[in-house]
Amino acid sequence: MLTALHKRLLNDFQRDFPLSSRPYQEIADMLGVSEADVLTALTELNDNHYISRIGPIIPPNQLGVSTLVAMSVPEQQIQTVADKISAYAEVNHNYQREHQFNLWFVAIATNAEHLQCLLNAIEQDTGYSALSLPLIDDFFIDLGFKLDLQHA
Amino acid sequence: MLALDEIDLAIMRATQAGLSLSPQPYQVIAEQLGLTADIVMARMAVMQDSGIIRRIGAVPNHYKLGYRFNGMTVWNVPDDRIDELGVKVGQLTFVSHCYHRPRHLPDWPYNLFAMVHGKTQADVDTQIQQITELLGTDNQACDVLYSTKILKKTGFRSRS
Repeated sequence: MLTALHKRLLNDFQRDFPLSSRPYQEIADMLGVSEADVLTALTELNDNHYISRIGPIIPPNQLGVSTLVAMSVPEQQIQTVADKISAYAEVNHNYQREHQFNLWFVAIATNAEHLQCLLNAIEQDTGYSALSLPLIDDFFIDLGFKLDLQHA
Repeated sequence: MLALDEIDLAIMRATQAGLSLSPQPYQVIAEQLGLTADIVMARMAVMQDSGIIRRIGAVPNHYKLGYRFNGMTVWNVPDDRIDELGVKVGQLTFVSHCYHRPRHLPDWPYNLFAMVHGKTQADVDTQIQQITELLGTDNQACDVLYSTKILKKTGFRSRS
């Protein structure tokens, strides 16, 4: 069960987390609670996986070169192929989706050449062709996601 | 474009698993890297100002918070209209990412991607309807790909 403090931490601190020596104290001051209250609540959110982490969010292609890759894999082989792909350190999201292209992952490499080598290696390793859809433009102004936590 | 040096990269790597949930998280990173907390904070501030860091904050797990329906909506819109349309779609509150990506004909005719999140199928259907109305006659084809399984999800990693 989420408390009022949990909900405020979830919705109001997706951005502007303080860059100061005692950031949790600063948040506590804003919310009128203690630093220990903030740390306890955030630890609960973290331990229960309501948040995946607190930290900097980096837009695509700021560090290295990335692409979104689609693959069409027979249903009975998808777990095997997905496991092979997930084993690459350069792969950081991998989703199964309902579509003819049923495996979607993001690959990040240090440069374009490294990325091409990686995609070649994945194709060789899995035996399926990789449809690479690199970002052309990012239209999203990321201010965080307004969560409806009324029933959470 | 600001050049990132090894120290910046080391800071980014050290923070991707999450800031420490202890009173002085930047001090923790500083100690790991042999820096001072002031340097860590100053470098992160510069990276934030220059857009290398988009924001610093809590990363909610939508799925765990009840947003069980996550759709990747994909649209085929005219190339000369995509910049205007993409900005509009990206501003919708329920859209968490909005990208222009290349078509790959004949298999993949879509060039505009928008991720939507809802608590019910009906929520997502309403959201898709809103995008459909916004795009109007510029919507030449569309599809929605629901995720059925998260096979891997990690933060940024960079090989050194």
